[in-house]
This record gives sequence, structure tokens and C-alpha cells, in this order.
Amino acid sequence: MKVAEDYVIEMLHITKEFPGIKANDDITLQLKRGEIHALLGENGAGKSTLMSVLFGLYQADQGIIKKDGKEVKIKDPNDANRLGIGMVHQHFKLVECFTVLDNIILGVEDTKHGFLQKEAASKKVMQLSEKYGLKVEPDSFVSDISVGMQQRVEILKMLYRDNEILIFDEPTAVLTPQEITELMEIMRGFKKEGKSILFITHKLSEIMAVADRCSVLRKGKYMGTVNIADTTREELSRMMVGREVEFDIKKKSQEVGDVILSVKDMVVASKAHNNNAVKGVSFEVHAGEIVCIAGIEGNGQTELVQGITGLEPLKSGSIELCGKDITNASIRERSKAGMSHIPEDRHKHGLVLDYTLEQNLVLQRYWEPRFQNHGVIKSMEVRNYAEMLIEKYDVRSGQGPVTTARSMSGGNQQKAIIAREIDKDPQLLVAVQPTRGLDVGAIEYIHSQLIAERDKGRAVLLISLELDEVRSLSDRILVIYEGEIVGDFDSVAMEELGLYMAGAKRKDKKEAAS
Amino acid sequence: MKDRKALAENQMFVAILASVASIAIGLIFGSILLLILNPSKAGLGISAILTTGFSSLDQFGKVLYQSAPLMLCGLSVGFAFKTGMFNIGATGQYTIGAFCALVGAIAFQLPWWMCLLLSFVGGAVWGVFPGLFKALFNVNEVITSIMFNWIGMYLVNLLLANMPIMLASAWGASNSDRTANLAQANPGAMIPKGGLDRLFGDSSWINISVFIAIIVAVICWFILEKTTFGYELKACGYNKDSARYAGINANRNIISSMIIAGALSGLGGGLYYLAGTIQYVLEKKTLAMGFNGIPVALLANSNPIGTIFSSLFISYIQVGGSAMQPNFSSESTDIIIAVIIYLAAFALLIRGFITKLLKGGQKEEVKE
Ligand SMILES: Nc1ncnc2c1ncn2[C@@H]1O[C@H](COP(=O)(O)OP(=O)(O)OP(=O)(O)O)[C@@H](O)[C@H]1O
Ligand SMILES: [Mg+2]
Repeated sequence: MKVAEDYVIEMLHITKEFPGIKANDDITLQLKRGEIHALLGENGAGKSTLMSVLFGLYQADQGIIKKDGKEVKIKDPNDANRLGIGMVHQHFKLVECFTVLDNIILGVEDTKHGFLQKEAASKKVMQLSEKYGLKVEPDSFVSDISVGMQQRVEILKMLYRDNEILIFDEPTAVLTPQEITELMEIMRGFKKEGKSILFITHKLSEIMAVADRCSVLRKGKYMGTVNIADTTREELSRMMVGREVEFDIKKKSQEVGDVILSVKDMVVASKAHNNNAVKGVSFEVHAGEIVCIAGIEGNGQTELVQGITGLEPLKSGSIELCGKDITNASIRERSKAGMSHIPEDRHKHGLVLDYTLEQNLVLQRYWEPRFQNHGVIKSMEVRNYAEMLIEKYDVRSGQGPVTTARSMSGGNQQKAIIAREIDKDPQLLVAVQPTRGLDVGAIEYIHSQLIAERDKGRAVLLISLELDEVRSLSDRILVIYEGEIVGDFDSVAMEELGLYMAGAKRKDKKEAAS
Repeated sequence: MKDRKALAENQMFVAILASVASIAIGLIFGSILLLILNPSKAGLGISAILTTGFSSLDQFGKVLYQSAPLMLCGLSVGFAFKTGMFNIGATGQYTIGAFCALVGAIAFQLPWWMCLLLSFVGGAVWGVFPGLFKALFNVNEVITSIMFNWIGMYLVNLLLANMPIMLASAWGASNSDRTANLAQANPGAMIPKGGLDRLFGDSSWINISVFIAIIVAVICWFILEKTTFGYELKACGYNKDSARYAGINANRNIISSMIIAGALSGLGGGLYYLAGTIQYVLEKKTLAMGFNGIPVALLANSNPIGTIFSSLFISYIQVGGSAMQPNFSSESTDIIIAVIIYLAAFALLIRGFITKLLKGGQKEEVKE
């Protein structure tokens, strides 16, 4: 006897077009009750768009949505909310100058005679937070809390609204490995309670770990759905990219060259507390090597990079780039001296979201004689250059060079930044989490580009929370713990690296600074 | 459906449609107000507003003449806005610009173009203060600008009161509450009519100022869209952090953009008072012209080319408004004009609405 499947949500033949591109082309997605359903696809494949259609942010041009077998119209997020659908966006949508609690109740606040009634809300939030192990500080301002906590706030927002269908759009891209493990646990808990989850991620290991089924999209088209139990990582990536993906990186060994970056006794103040974030760090990066700073988030990596790149002043210490003292140099001077920087936060620093893609691609070079003549921008030259980079780095968007950066998919925004920074042909490339939010194919390409830079005799300083990335790319690993460098390795076992990162072990300072 | 979507995505089309729609809404509200204020004369009033500007060449000349300073104040507000600054100080810069031009004309007997240059510089000097305070001490430019509006106005009154040669009384007129008539004091300082007066049936208003303003608008557009300087300014306006990351000196840009904004307003003051048809009157209120630059800029969505048209429109309404005088008190005409102008400035709001309509009830949610 065949029983009809119990689908909570069915999105049937969804088509959604944007200027210049069909983001969703006849996509069908069926979500079973109580399952974790992964959604996989290359950057720009249309995952966020499809989820935004379900959440009521976009209207589909064609196709219907069914909830519990009945057709529904979802015109805006309020409709979605009424149907029990909640979403954590790829780039969070919290009000920075509101407290955590205010953000959670925003839009569904209780009022009495027009005044806010917060006690009951606060109690409910604390209960939820305890029940699911989602630690938050209700009275802190969103601008002051970590990304991980911001995400927990977004999740609490959904729970507070009693949502039964939870959409997570790349929740793990911004999390530390430890937080990722926690999130997976939380998702399993939701599943046990009968909530249904749609989960977007580029990390195949996460899909293999928590998902029941996985649907794959490619260039806006639906490629099929598979049971995780019957599949492998390789098969998933083949479905997604249409070819085999190399997970192992091949790197030939080579002699290092001269010192490119030399940091001496660098001290940088912290914005979060009175203590210094970076406490007298010294190290060198040579031509032809990739040096990786490994560490648990919040141990001074951000400030270290800001000090080197000039976003924050040093309290003391000095920096030399190619033998030139740049301790007090401006950001532009550092850039001219040969420094490139792939920043941690692509929306805050990396892009001017309201500029077009081509304008963003010359953000670090518009002043060069190649792109301007007596202060007049050579638009033809900019266009040609942008087209070249778009082609070379496979940056996908609706309208090519004239697409506004804001409308591009997260991964493609990242690719644009990487293209710009690598193509500047820097002596030193400072790359912070460069592959955050990229699909496996793109990661493969970016990794090969980083290695090509190294092979060309450039210096690369890589800051990454992904231990796999750290291990496979780096020639040397520096471990940072509480603002100090506690280890310096050519090669190291994973377990040992973990001990150093947690501060349980350290090498003698002089030895470490070798 | 397909066509409508394409239209909805055509930014330019939506922007223009939105401006036209908001003008229409402003006019409808204005008419309702007229009906309430004076039902029997409402028809006359409406026709005055709508037709006066085109009723005679003389009146049309006046529309063009008044549009020049409006255009410059609008450019000033719009230019600063592109850099993320709200220049509410246009009126102060305008007043200082007017003063400098008049001093050059009357006290120093300079030719008109040198006087215009003086107004340009004077406005720039007045614009630099809010810029400096913002860049160096992070003081909100709105507060500084408002303070400098009042300082500018009283300073000009004070200086004029102590410069007898500037006043009409020194040049054979009886009143000492206003500056001298340029026709008597220094005809060479009057902006040339360039033969336009003959074209406009001997209109006393018309001169080449509107063309000067249009040229300036085109230059502003060029600077913002085609130069590295404009690229930097707009980057600062859109996202200060990424501008800094790109090595752009945000403080320098804040100051330069306020200098330029100030210079534009100042030039507006020069153009208005050097026509010779109007004398500067010592009053205890800030001049409305600078403030009207705000709706001009809003209506044009800060686009310099759009500013040309929005200033012509607002000037047209103002000329029409002054023709309502006998039937409506000057206060009520002011209210009506204000209602029309400020509703017209709702263009941005209406823009989102139009996109929504065209897309068939679809949310215009930009993704981040
Ligand atoms: N608001 C929009 N306006 C115009 N084009 C858009 C808009 N949103 C998305 N697109 C385009 O639609 C395509 C799909 O984008 P989407 O954000 O759904 O990709 P994605 O699968 O989530 O990718 P990523 O993994 O990089 O986040 C992209 O090419 C993007 O440029
Ligand atoms: Mg996405």
C-alpha cells in the first residue's frame, strides 16, 4: 500500500526572473514534516532567491506554494509568519541600535494602552533560550554582540513567533567550528520536536552530518533530490557543479625568499574591552610562503589584521613591508606599497553595495593612471577591466559589469572582492576568511589562485577559522591565543593545534618568534 | 506584464514618473486647500498657480530668473547629499554669497563676473565650517549648519548696517532698510541680459543667470559621474567604512564637498541679487531660497540634471503663487505653495509605490 507523503511545504514549478537572469527556473521543492532538508548549489544558483520566495520577500513569476497540501499565497513576511514560516537570512537583518530583546519582539510586541509590555516577552525569550541552549544577553545592544550571538538572536526570533518551518540561509558561513557543532545540535533538537528545517550550506560535511535529504540547484534549475543515507560527498558535488571537484590541494614545496612583512612587538587596543587585543606580537612573512594565523574567533585576529592593514592605529610596535617602514602609513600608502586585503566583513568594508560591480572592481585602483586621466575616469578601460575579471573569476550576476553589488548573491560578492584584491598583483596578500560563503568549486579555484600567488613568490597572510583550509594551504601556522602568538609550526597534528588554540599549550615566546 | 516589469526596472523611467506623480498630488492638495480657504475664489487661485508662469513673456522671464538661484541651492543640497551630508545650511551660504556679491558691486564697483566670483568664494567659506566641524570633531553638520544660518544672517545685517555706502540711502533713495539699487550704484555689476530681454518682450526679470545655472548643473553632473573625485565623494556617501578601506580620505572629502556645496549656494545668492531687480532687505528671518533648495534636490533625487527641471517647476509655482495675491492673503499663498512644494518632494516615497504597482503588487525588497 502506498501512503501519500506528508509534505508540510511544497513549492511547485517556481520561476523567478531578475533583470538579465532567471534566478529560479521551474524549481520544485518538497519539504517533509520533521525533516532537515538541505539545499545545495553553486554561488548564484538561486538558493536564497527560492527561500525568499517562500518567505514572501519575492513573488514568484510562476508556480505555486502549498502548505499542508493546500495552496497558499505568501505576499509578504507577515503572511509567511502566519503560516509558521521563519527565516534566518544569509546576511542578518537585525536593528543594530536595538537591544537583543527588542529585536526579538520587533513586529509582534505586546502593548497595553499603547505602551510596550516587555516582562512577559522577556520571560518567554529566557525560557526559549534555556530550553534550546541558545545563550543570549537580552539587554545587550546588537552592535556589541558577536556574530554567533546575532545568529542565536535570529533563531530566537523564529522560535518566539512559534514558527514550525525554519529556513536557515548559510547559517554556518559566519560561525566558528565550535559554534557550528552547537548549531547542528540545536537543529537536531528542533527536528525531534517535529519542526521542519530548510538548510542552505556550501559545506558538504555539514549536509552529511545533519540532513535527511538534499535538493540540488544548478544555475537556477532543479537537479534533483537525494537521500543523504544513499549518497556521498563526491556525488553531491558532482550534481552541483557538473564535474569532479578536487578536495585535496596539491602544493609543490619551494624555498622561501626575502622577508616581505615584518611585524615587531605589535600592540593594538581592543574596542570591546580595556585590555589590549593584540599584545606584543612579532612575526615575519616571506616571499613565496603562505602563513596562516590559526585561532579561535575573538583572540585578536581581527585587530591584528586591522593593525597590519591600517584600519586601526598601533599602540606600539612597528611594521615593515618589503623593507619599508609602514607603521604610520595611510591605507592608500600601504596599498601602493603592495598590500592587498580581503576583509573579514564584505558588506562593511569589502564593497560599496550601491555601486555597480565594475565600480567595485576598481575600488582599490580607480586612481591609477590606467583608469583615470587628470581625474576623469576612463569608463571604457574600467568596463574592459571589469569584464576581464568577471570572466576570469567567474563572477556571476544578472547584468554583468553594471549590476549593483547589492543584488548579487553572497558568494559572487565575495568572488568579486577576491578578484579585485588578487589581480592587484600585491607583494603581500592579507586574506581573512577568503572562502567564506563560496561553493566547493569556487573554493577550489580560489585556493589554487592563492597557491599560484605563493608560487609566483608573493607573500600570503591567511586568517582562517577553517582548520581544513589552514592545514592544506599553509606553509607555516602561527597560533594566536588571547592576543599572543603561542605557537609557530611548519607542520602540526590537528589535535595538537587544537590544544594550542585553546591555550592549553604554548611554545616559548622566543622560540615561537623565530 | 512583461513590458510592465521591464518598465519597473528602468530606474530613470520610474524616477521621472514618480516626480511627475508627486507634482500632481501636490497640486491636488493645493487645490483642496484653496477650496477650504476661499471657496468662491478657488478657481481663480488655481488658474493663477497653473497659468501665470506662461501667461506672459514677462512672467515667464520671471520664472527663468528665479529658477537660477533655486537651481543652485538645489545643486548645493544634492551635492552634499551624495557625500552623505545633509546641507541644511544652504540659506546661510546663500546669504553670505549675496552679501559678498553686493559688496563687490557697490562698495568696490567691480564688474558682474568678479562679483559672482566673490559670491562663490563667500559661500564656500561659509560651507567649510560645518564640514570642518564634522570632519575634525564629528559634530553633526545639521546642527552646525543651522547655527551658521543665523550667524550668517545677523552678521550680514550687522555689516550692512555699518556700511552706509551699501545702503540705498547713500545712492539717492530715501530708504535705508535695503541695499542700493544696482542700476544707480553700479550698472556694470548687473548680470548681462544678453539680448534676452528683447526676446522676452522687454521683461525686466530675464538675464543670462539661468544659463549660468544650467552650465553649473552640467558641471556638477560631470564631477559626480565622471571623475575620480566624484567617485570618492559618492563612495563616502554610500558607505564610509568601505571608502576608508579603499584608502579614501573621508574627512578630506567631507570638507571638499561642503566647500563645493557652499560655493554653489553662494553663487545662487550672487545670481539673484546681481540681476538688479531685487534689493537685499535687512530682515530678521533667514531667507527661504536656501531652504527651498531642499525640495528642489529631493524632487530631483539629488541628480544635478534633474535639478534643472525641478527648480524650473518650483519657480513656476512660486511665480503663480505671487499672482494670487489680491484674492488670497500672502500667508495663505505661502501655505499653499509650501504644500505643493513639499508634497512634490515626496517623490522618493512615491517611487517605491510606483515600482510596486508596475510589478503587480510585488514587494520591492532589495536584498542585502
Ligand atoms: N534583488 C535582486 N535583483 C537582481 N538580481 C538578483 C536579486 N537577487 C538575486 N539576484 C540574482 O539572482 C541570482 C541568484 O541569486 P541568489 O542570491 O539566489 O543565489 P544563491 O544561490 O543564494 O548564491 P550564494 O551561494 O552565493 O548565496 C544571482 O545571479 C543574483 O545576481
Ligand atoms: Mg545566497
